[in-house]
Amino acid sequence: MILQILELIVIAYVVGFIYFGTYRNITARIQGRYGPTIYQSFFDSIKLFSKKSSASFGWMFYLGPIIMATGAVMTLMFIPLFNDSDFLRSVTVQGNLFLLLYLMVLGPLGNALAVGTGGNPFGVMGVTRGLSRLFGLELPFYIAIVGLIIASNSADIVHIMDLQKINGLNIWNHPFLFIAAMISMVGFFGESPFDIPGAPQEVYSGPRTEFSGKFLALLMSQGSLFAFAKLVLVTDLFLGGADSLGMLLLKTFAIFITLIFIGIVYGRYKVSQAVDFLMKIPTLIGLIGLVRIIWFG
Amino acid sequence: MEIGFHGHEFDKAERNTQTLIEKTINWFRSKSIFVVAYGTGCGAIEMPPTFTSRYDAERGGVVGVATPRQADVIIVSGYLAYKTLRRVIRTYEQMQSPKYVIGLGSCAINGGMYWDSYNTIKKLDDYIPVDMLVNGCMPRPEALLEGFAKLQERIRNGEQGGWEKYEKNLEFYKKNQKKVLGENIDPSYEADWYMLKQGATL
Ligand code: SF4
Repeated sequence: MILQILELIVIAYVVGFIYFGTYRNITARIQGRYGPTIYQSFFDSIKLFSKKSSASFGWMFYLGPIIMATGAVMTLMFIPLFNDSDFLRSVTVQGNLFLLLYLMVLGPLGNALAVGTGGNPFGVMGVTRGLSRLFGLELPFYIAIVGLIIASNSADIVHIMDLQKINGLNIWNHPFLFIAAMISMVGFFGESPFDIPGAPQEVYSGPRTEFSGKFLALLMSQGSLFAFAKLVLVTDLFLGGADSLGMLLLKTFAIFITLIFIGIVYGRYKVSQAVDFLMKIPTLIGLIGLVRIIWFG
Repeated sequence: MEIGFHGHEFDKAERNTQTLIEKTINWFRSKSIFVVAYGTGCGAIEMPPTFTSRYDAERGGVVGVATPRQADVIIVSGYLAYKTLRRVIRTYEQMQSPKYVIGLGSCAINGGMYWDSYNTIKKLDDYIPVDMLVNGCMPRPEALLEGFAKLQERIRNGEQGGWEKYEKNLEFYKKNQKKVLGENIDPSYEADWYMLKQGATL
């Protein structure tokens, strides 16, 4: 079991970082330059881990990144990776969507505590922005998930995956829910137009301002673990999961690249604009999907 | 107290005595450089193009960051007024070691055309330890890129960085800084603010 969890973490770490490297490379190509290699995020993280000093502001500051990393690893543990195999299934049998949704907000809260200890006004500003944005992001996402729970009559991810084998993929059965969830995902990945919390030009990378060295490395690593977890979750819920590692990578990468392409072409929304938009368009799309399920089954 | 120390001497002997682990770590360090670009003089105009599509510094792993806490390299681009020197020192001390300084342009080397000025410093190396000087008035982005490449080579070779000199010869640098800034430089040393022992960087 412990071994499985470790394997899971290593796979998520590697895949997450390579995805982010690819993201940087693709962004560069779109901007008409060569850009870094796809391994660049690895180099960054190892360099940061090997920094000789890291500024700290007390024990709460230590706990922040650790709480975030815990949130990421727990989320990862409760999401099944493959359809039928027991390989890397870890503790998913005991988990369900409600628990998962609860775990997913653990990270931002831990982050807020640590940033508060750091006392940097830009950090606090970034966290405030991030938390207000989170309200907007979660609404459509939760609507999508509630819709799926009603449609499948179960909150068990494995069950939802199995049902898709019989009824066809949820992306075709419930396209409205999928679109609502995807728009939220763009925000969860910190992509434009919802990347206001960490705007480097205004709040000096926001919540991360005071994090250096090992703290930043831990934040980056948990970011890539969490990103992978979220990608797998969407794959499981809407694309019917995967049978093999290759299939899993293919599907998650397809979602990831869609998110990137949305992110690259948009400018940045202000907090009020972002929340306004999220509360209107994706929420409405999600509600249409929900009504459709309730009335037409 | 007089300290017999000259800023330019770097310890070449260390070059071949790296262990395998140090070599690997240094390789990773050289591959990823986070820069806080401190635009002080005219050289600030040449820094942004270095990071744009045309020159594309990110190819070599060189990216800009918004805060000194995360930075590995600070670029001081040109002449430094006494007033700005205060901020540069503060910024430098907030960075986490290993950290490096690039001096851009003749003004950072010897005062350049501000040699006679009443309120600029002449030799940056006397106040903070410079690892790489890029000359020219003003240096083109290509020159800066070459500076980065040379700096990366030195990191890879495990040569002693300026930050080690700064820790070892803190009194030398503080003496020079106090000469132009007066006795009350705050913070006198960043580590003091957090009540750490002298010689420890945060
Ligand atoms: S070296 Fe030349 S271009 Fe650079 S700051 Fe000095 S005068 Fe300006």
